[in-house]
Amino acid sequence: MKFFRILFFFIVCLNLNNISLAKNPSDLINSIVDEAAGILSSDDPVESKIIKLNAIAERSVDINGIGMYTLGKYRKTISDEQKSKYQKLFKSYFLKSFSSRLVDYTNPRINVVSQKKINDKYTIVNSILEATSKRPQVKIDWRIYTKNPDRPLIRDLIVEGLSLARTQKEEFNSIIQNNDGDINALFKTLEEFLIK
Amino acid sequence: MGSLKSALILLVFLSISNFAIAGDDGKIQINEKKNNGYIETSDCFEKVNRGIFGFNQVLDKVIFKPLAKGYRMFPQPIRSGTSNALTNLGSVVTIPNNILQGQFKNAGVNSARFVINSTLGIAGIFDVASYYGLKKRDMEDYGQTLGVWGAGPGCYFVLPVLGPTTVRDALGSVVNLIGGDAWYNVTVVNDTHYFSETDYYASKLLDGIDFRAKNLESFDSLENSSVDLYASVRSLYLQDRYRKVRNIDKTTETLSDDDWEEVDNQ
Repeated sequence: MKFFRILFFFIVCLNLNNISLAKNPSDLINSIVDEAAGILSSDDPVESKIIKLNAIAERSVDINGIGMYTLGKYRKTISDEQKSKYQKLFKSYFLKSFSSRLVDYTNPRINVVSQKKINDKYTIVNSILEATSKRPQVKIDWRIYTKNPDRPLIRDLIVEGLSLARTQKEEFNSIIQNNDGDINALFKTLEEFLIK
Repeated sequence: MGSLKSALILLVFLSISNFAIAGDDGKIQINEKKNNGYIETSDCFEKVNRGIFGFNQVLDKVIFKPLAKGYRMFPQPIRSGTSNALTNLGSVVTIPNNILQGQFKNAGVNSARFVINSTLGIAGIFDVASYYGLKKRDMEDYGQTLGVWGAGPGCYFVLPVLGPTTVRDALGSVVNLIGGDAWYNVTVVNDTHYFSETDYYASKLLDGIDFRAKNLESFDSLENSSVDLYASVRSLYLQDRYRKVRNIDKTTETLSDDDWEEVDNQ
């Protein structure tokens, strides 16, 4: 009995290790895709699914890095106080946006097909979201930041060649630009999105 | 009056067709600034464009989205067959553009695919050519060809019903109407006794609905998570056209961006 308990504990530890400390970019994607699929196909209430999906994102995505990237040229002009406020807002926005996009899928099947190391900082993982009766298959590439090889992080999703990070950056920049360069307009927009 | 009606119908169907491409087509520009290889395009008349975009959104909600949802009710084989047949029809624009862009191998493959699928594949409903190893190639249009030849995109703008475009892409679309689209020529321009104008407009309508149906969830997701939908659609359209003009397949080629370097160095 004790043997089985130890074995069970060992397996659990292995799984946790695989999920949270995947060092190979492809393994990282495989593990989070499997974990997310498990959550999405479960009978958990939506709120519970969202909490679990957000935990995956916080662990696997460079949210702060993406946040600063999406500020574009305005990144250089904001104060430290504004930067701090923005990072908090962006994180909340990102997680809400991320989980609300995913939670509608019941069991997305994503297969990692290859990976290519671009340089020491980046590896691209190529994957395919399998076709369903409703839509054709979708090519999804993951831009993985590997500066710290022990903790690779997702920085961008490129869906059929279209970068979501770039799209987000241009969206935010449009808001700031149309308000005479006032970063507070972006803060207000994000706050409104969060209370929706 | 007849020609006015035809023009209106054409406008509507073309716009639908453009809708279909909107999420994945596009490029433009007048004041082009190179950003590490990526071209930034000016949004001329943005306020007007946003107004037209809003109008198109209403049209989409009232007409196109419900049609796409209805189309989704058809069994998958019927939708696949329809999609294949429409892709096959698109070959008659892709093939001359393959040649104009110097893609002679692709022109040969696409021509063979068109002949095989139009005959053995019963008007393109079945993709028999793929079975024989002639895999589907990317579609090409005259806007892309102009880009390959070095024409800048010009201003980005939004057309009523037709959706996002650029000066270059709009000019490319005009080429279809002045002899560049064999399907248009045999249906609308010439009286062949085999096809009528209705066939052309129906194909364009179906093309738009087919695309919209394939992207119902993606559009909803984009709409729900976006804080400035207009800017998101513009970005996606321009990215896509940039990629298509350069015939970029490899993701890495689309990733150059100084901003990431800056973020890392902070």
